[in-house]
Amino acid sequence: MHLMNSELFTLTYGALVTQLCKDYENDEDVNKQLDKMGYNIGVRLIEDFLARSNVGRCHDFRETADVIAKIAFKMYLGITPSITNWSPGGDEFSLILENNPLVDFVELPDNHSTLIYSNLLCGVLRGALEMVQMAVDVKFVQDTLKGDSVTEIRMKFIRRIEDNLPAGEE
Amino acid sequence: MESRFTRGKSPLLERPLGRPRGEVSLSAFALLFCPVWRALFGKEADKLEQANDDDKTFYVIEREPLVNTFISVPRENSTLNCAAFTAGLVEAVLGASGFPAKVTAHWHKGTTLMIKFEEGVIARDKSLEGR
Repeated sequence: MHLMNSELFTLTYGALVTQLCKDYENDEDVNKQLDKMGYNIGVRLIEDFLARSNVGRCHDFRETADVIAKIAFKMYLGITPSITNWSPGGDEFSLILENNPLVDFVELPDNHSTLIYSNLLCGVLRGALEMVQMAVDVKFVQDTLKGDSVTEIRMKFIRRIEDNLPAGEE
Repeated sequence: MESRFTRGKSPLLERPLGRPRGEVSLSAFALLFCPVWRALFGKEADKLEQANDDDKTFYVIEREPLVNTFISVPRENSTLNCAAFTAGLVEAVLGASGFPAKVTAHWHKGTTLMIKFEEGVIARDKSLEGR
């Protein structure tokens, strides 16, 4: 397994977000770009993930949640978020990240209070799941950068994708 | 690690930086550089060379730099080398540690980072030789 210097990773992500802020001037556009970039990463990362992790097809959303939290996050970010807050229908859950390697050393300045700094992650999850026939909605509902005690990502299953679309590009 | 600064002829390192036995001549730059590369990428740079004709210029050669993994450059952008990111990183590290230089990335033997130190650095290095 190939490990890398986590500071290099964190600082690279920070440089990326900073550059986007310079390029786009408003937080909403930066958030959209991060999501888009994440999506493009996700549609490719899923192959690397499936090749390296050897997990089979998940039978339901609960299994999917387990695989995401315990295998995927561990493999790529070295953390294992916990899964909570299942909706009664079993189609929505939250990932609670106690620490997020992307935000080490990061502080959000006051003029960027609507920036979703780690929004890339939402795009990655969305893109990767789309490639395994699941349309999901992913968003941050709590963020330690904004003063919350934990970082919480809410994932909602929308529908199964029946058609076999070629790898999406946004 | 047995190593010694040797003064005199320009230290030309034309071999991978494995740990050789016996005496090794290293420039101050190489001694600074290896731990940095190892900290960033978990390995030593494939090769470190000094230009034959110019004592300001060094080359770091990596067959497959980490940042270029998964990247395939389309033919119309063939001069693009994403290792330019690493070049910027190295330039900043060197500058901040008192070795100002210009660093660029080139397609040569894989990817080569060309490090061109400012005059002052080489002059200082030479004046230290008198010690």
